[in-house]
Amino acid sequence: MKRTAAVAALSLTVLAGCGDVAGEGSSGTGRAGDGATLTVFAAASLTEAFTSLGKTFESAHPGVRVRFQFGGSSTLAQQITQGAPADVFAAASPATMKTVTAAGDASGPPRVFTRNRLVIAVPKGDPGKVAKVGDLGRPGLKVVLCAVQVPCGAAAETALAAAGVKVEPVSREKDVKAVLTKVGLGEADAGLVYRTDVKAAGGRVAGIGFPEAAKAINDYPIVEVARAPHSALAREFIRLVVGEQGRSVLSRAGFEGP
Amino acid sequence: MRRPRRASREADRLPGGPPWVLLAPALLGLAFLVLPLLGLLVRAPWSTLGTRLLQAQVMEALRLSLLTATLATGLCLLLGVPLAWTLARVRFPGVRLVRALVTVPLVLPPVVGGVALLLVLGRRGLVGGWLDRAFGLTFPFTTAGVVLAEAFVAMPFLVISVEGALRAADLRYEEAAATLGAGRWTVFRRVTLPLVAPGVAAGAILCWARALGEFGATITFAGNFPGRTQTMPLAVYLALETDPQAAIVLSLVLLAVSVAVLAALRDRWVGGAR
Repeated sequence: MKRTAAVAALSLTVLAGCGDVAGEGSSGTGRAGDGATLTVFAAASLTEAFTSLGKTFESAHPGVRVRFQFGGSSTLAQQITQGAPADVFAAASPATMKTVTAAGDASGPPRVFTRNRLVIAVPKGDPGKVAKVGDLGRPGLKVVLCAVQVPCGAAAETALAAAGVKVEPVSREKDVKAVLTKVGLGEADAGLVYRTDVKAAGGRVAGIGFPEAAKAINDYPIVEVARAPHSALAREFIRLVVGEQGRSVLSRAGFEGP
Repeated sequence: MRRPRRASREADRLPGGPPWVLLAPALLGLAFLVLPLLGLLVRAPWSTLGTRLLQAQVMEALRLSLLTATLATGLCLLLGVPLAWTLARVRFPGVRLVRALVTVPLVLPPVVGGVALLLVLGRRGLVGGWLDRAFGLTFPFTTAGVVLAEAFVAMPFLVISVEGALRAADLRYEEAAATLGAGRWTVFRRVTLPLVAPGVAAGAILCWARALGEFGATITFAGNFPGRTQTMPLAVYLALETDPQAAIVLSLVLLAVSVAVLAALRDRWVGGAR
């Protein structure tokens, strides 16, 4: 019995060791400088802009690595409240940010740093002949929307309600990139995505703006996570995002000023 | 079938029990697999369980999951058993390659499987485009699409299981039947199939369970719409976004159904295949 305990204890030590390696290995794999890794959780729609800002940050802080986790804001928020080791959280909506602040996992009040608006995305050549938001209600037209649980879905509901269009979507996708995929492949005739997504997709989809999108503009808040492993770096990264450089990168990606 | 099995089991038993060196990691392994499931039970909102379960959307997702997993298993049986037979009994060049291809969906990320299905059976796909033009038939965003996605991911489980059973089966019975004048189809139907029935059952159950849990290929190929393409795993994923408690309840249901079926059917049908 004693030996069992010893083996079990040994195995647990090994397992715990693995955990350490996974958690900190990335922050100290024989790099120059202090070798810190800043972990940024950010909404999927920020992928292109933040990747570019991360490079800027790394070159300004030799030895520091920025690691991103991009995904649906709601998923990321849940992960942070479950104790994921994040330093910075940038969400695609105040509602998802509230999950984190309400759980006491933000170190201060979040700051809105950019905004995004919805457009109608249609496949190249617009096979469904969609020209305006009213067309989305046409029977037989295959429209995909985000699920209402994620920010782009909530915004879509608001915008469509403002436009007075009743849409019966064929699918409610798990995030905005999934909507873009279905439209890009031509499986759907139209979808509601962010202006930035259409820009990032290149020529695969075309974007059609509509005035009611102004009623559903998404604010993107950013915050330093409470108990952030690298608090000072987190604050500096946020300063970069809200600053002049951040604003120009974001506006080039199709975002609007805060 | 039962008696000799039990006898051989007794013979397998080692005197003095298993060595601790094996038992400790075995127990750790068991704990690793079972503890997360216990976690679900511990964190479940038992007081509101009843009302949450009776929500229309939960019942709809469960009904759709059971229906599509069963249809997918039927499709896999229809196509997979002949495929397994061909792999086991027919000599042809490239059989190794074909066998490897058949098992690819096992290791392929299901999302990739979903994308591949879209590219072939989608509205603009190689085959799907033609089906759409000729018959107005499209799979994405339909329940049929869910069945296809599940069958794609689950079929290898059936094929591997049936092929293994066919290889283990004694060829002499089939040869004897053939000598007695039975045609090939009769031999397959009356001799081969009954011989490998436990293997087919085992494969079908694994296939069904895998189809029931399918997520990636389904959401990629068939999308997500309540009552039409939203199966339980999809409902769990989306519930987790806003209401983790609801996600736990849905997960519990899925867990209960899977365990119940695996446990009930394994002893009954699969025993002989061990």
